[in-house]
Amino acid sequence: MKEITLDALVIGGGAAGMAAAVELTQQGCDTILIEREDRTGGVLNQCIHNGFGLHVFKEELTGPEYADRYKHQISDNHITVHPDQFVLKVDPDKREVVTVGVEGVTCYKPKALVMTTGARERPFSNLRIPGTRPAGIYTAGVAQKFVNLQNYLPGKNAYVLGSGDIGLIMARRLTLEGMNVLGVAELMPHSGGLARNIAQCLDDYNIPLELSTSVVEVHGKERLESITLMKFTPDTLQPIAGTQREVACDTLILSVGLLPQNELIEDFVQLDPVNKGVMVDSHQRTSHPWIFAAGNNVAVYDLVDFVTLEGIQAGKAAAQMIKEGFADCGQIPVVRGNNVGALTPLFCCLDETPFKFYIRPTKNMDKGRVKIGPGLIQKVEMGLKPSEMVDIQITGEHKEKIKEMGLTQILVEIEEV
Amino acid sequence: MNGIPKVVVIGAGVVGSLIARELTKYNISVTLIDKEEDAGWGVTKANSAILHGGYDDPVDSVRGQFAAKGNQQYTQLSEELGFEVKRIGSYVVAFEDEDIPHLEELMEKAQANGVTGCEIHCKEEIVKRNPNINPSIKAGFWCPSAGITEPWMVAISAVENAVLNGMVFRPGEQVQAIEVSDSDQGKTVKGVHTDQAYYPCDFVINAAGLYADKIAQMAGAYCPPLHPRKGEYILLDKKLGAIITNILFPVPTKDSKGVLVLPTVDGGILLGPTAKDLDVDQKEDTTTTVQGLAEVRQKTSAMVNGLDFSQTVKIFAGLRPEDSQKDFVIGTTEVFGFINAAAMRSPGLTAAPAIAIHIVEKVLKEELGLGLEKRSDFDPVLEPYPTLPEDDPQEWEKMVQKDPRFGQVVCVCNKITEAQIIEAIRRGARTIDGVKFRTRASFGRCQGGFCLARIAEILARELDKPLNEIKYRTGNTKLLSGRVRA
Repeated sequence: MKEITLDALVIGGGAAGMAAAVELTQQGCDTILIEREDRTGGVLNQCIHNGFGLHVFKEELTGPEYADRYKHQISDNHITVHPDQFVLKVDPDKREVVTVGVEGVTCYKPKALVMTTGARERPFSNLRIPGTRPAGIYTAGVAQKFVNLQNYLPGKNAYVLGSGDIGLIMARRLTLEGMNVLGVAELMPHSGGLARNIAQCLDDYNIPLELSTSVVEVHGKERLESITLMKFTPDTLQPIAGTQREVACDTLILSVGLLPQNELIEDFVQLDPVNKGVMVDSHQRTSHPWIFAAGNNVAVYDLVDFVTLEGIQAGKAAAQMIKEGFADCGQIPVVRGNNVGALTPLFCCLDETPFKFYIRPTKNMDKGRVKIGPGLIQKVEMGLKPSEMVDIQITGEHKEKIKEMGLTQILVEIEEV
Repeated sequence: MNGIPKVVVIGAGVVGSLIARELTKYNISVTLIDKEEDAGWGVTKANSAILHGGYDDPVDSVRGQFAAKGNQQYTQLSEELGFEVKRIGSYVVAFEDEDIPHLEELMEKAQANGVTGCEIHCKEEIVKRNPNINPSIKAGFWCPSAGITEPWMVAISAVENAVLNGMVFRPGEQVQAIEVSDSDQGKTVKGVHTDQAYYPCDFVINAAGLYADKIAQMAGAYCPPLHPRKGEYILLDKKLGAIITNILFPVPTKDSKGVLVLPTVDGGILLGPTAKDLDVDQKEDTTTTVQGLAEVRQKTSAMVNGLDFSQTVKIFAGLRPEDSQKDFVIGTTEVFGFINAAAMRSPGLTAAPAIAIHIVEKVLKEELGLGLEKRSDFDPVLEPYPTLPEDDPQEWEKMVQKDPRFGQVVCVCNKITEAQIIEAIRRGARTIDGVKFRTRASFGRCQGGFCLARIAEILARELDKPLNEIKYRTGNTKLLSGRVRA
């Protein structure tokens, strides 16, 4: 077994991990980035559509192009990447990470650990939709891999369940690649994806979006033959009797949510039940002083740009910890008020480092007042939707004010106006 | 009969596979046929996966004759064939005072069936082992010999071992007719026609599961009509595995053992089954239903606290063949050479090894007077499938140094490597399910989200097939339809 002592180990070579590794290296830390797949880039590698990078690079890139920008930074900064590494164990007491790869088992002993392990797709069986268990049912990410990377189609006539962004993107992709996409069903009364994706992926291709609708049964013993759709009440999400409708299709694509992946550390760091991810403070520090986290394993973000920025934040903080030791800068909890779903960070550190709150509204609001405080920030936003996070910058001055006001916690809420 | 006797076994479920393997120990020619493309894909793959203690079957029933015996035989069988058996013990739990006499009845039945070690435990003992059990529990009937296994691995490993000893396995062939001669002495089996070949034979063992009645009909032999009894299940993630340690049965009714809560061999929690009798012609109805799943949820939640259904990994339904007598149908028929091993309701899995021995020792040798000679060259031991020492990185390192593909983890949820998947393919897996059942790859919480495409690629590469020829299982179950923009 090989042993490697180093400053920082970053687990997960997607957007957050690449950004964290670059930041750490630029700050002079001896860093290794480990990745489960044979290359860095994460899910970006299979996202061949455009729309990435508007915030970070001020231009519109495809997923592989966006990943490439960071892959170049990784090679330019001579960062060591260990691909094809599977993490067997994270030991928080010994501060060790044990991995296995084709060369054998490696034990990394880093001064700081950055977890950027991303999210996984919620699988079909987790929905407990009754009926048969036929071929032809895929999560959008699996279908995307088959189509974009392996260049095979999953079927001929597809229906999409769930209007998450990747579902919308796949509705368009499958259409472009020669499949017939019959429609997209969304249980909620609002779309789960970005407005621009509704316009560019469905409207432009005449693919209907059926809100308050879900699949209640699947049919077909061997191959999927049809699905039964049903309408649901918008408020209580109860099925409405008599609204069943059968749609013939041989493929069902699912975009029913992403689940942050924290199996390696969930036994010893605090998780947030709403984000379903690791709780972090405004330095991306978890409840364990050795472990930092950023990206979709903290909360599922809308844009890869946000994930990159959080990765940089984690890299900065980890570098500071490596050089100066763990700084107890005083932190106060962040709590959710009305109409707030996913929210990160959940602790605000009282040093001067600025950070951003990412806030997901729980419902559609034509106009809403986002309030941080009480009495710190109020910002009116138009067209608030659960599919689009609001980001609010907290500056050093805000932090001074928090201290002056003597706040013991920060309340984040959205008031409908 | 000219030369060595020829036997065709129809059905490669646990019963047929174990009979075929038992026969292979003798100097006879054995062919095993199944309509599915792998062993254990019918009734065998979807049940509670329990080795019952065998305490509660009526003493005068056929079931009672085999259950307890079969349970004991699994120890040796699992050592020989390398599948897992965990004797975690079972409780029948009483939540009402009026249920306690039932537990005492079970003690008497256990004694009559020769099942030892059973005890009635008080609440404290049960709660100590299963802290999440509903605290209103009063007492429980404890059977230490009850266990869990992976039934499909029983069938797969028995078939593999038999094939290595000379048995012919013909998966993916459908029996279409059975040739029977008619003379003054009566009817005699002559051979079996499938959709692909004709197999002349002297004996047919009918272990065709739900279709055993149809197979018997083809031979003009008796087998009662078999209707499917559907059982729906919910499988919960390993994360919840620690909430119970034993198999938990409710107090049984006349018709059923009830809806259970039990650990699975690989650490998950299995809930079910329901028991719904279907019509004789609904032998393919393995659909899950709103009502069935709700019943599983409601009944198991009443027994155990903390069943978090958001951790559902899989829902499924299995069918068990049932006749009106609720008993096994085993033995000779009016057609000479046609032997039933049918109506394998619960505890069919448990009883299967004892049935296999019975078919050879009692039916073929004693009743039919067949002079069978044991082969001296039969090797009962199958090389076990490689497993990885999850908690021992040093050991894992040694395996990687031997074969680097042990360092390539494909299934991230269950930590299954490329080496294990290739080994499964080498040993007979031809499909995604074939790999899944042999290795547990894609059996975990992401249900193939991360590994499906990779497993399909490995299958395509190893079998030298295009990716779009790879299937999940029997029939029209290809993963992919063709190339993009074609």
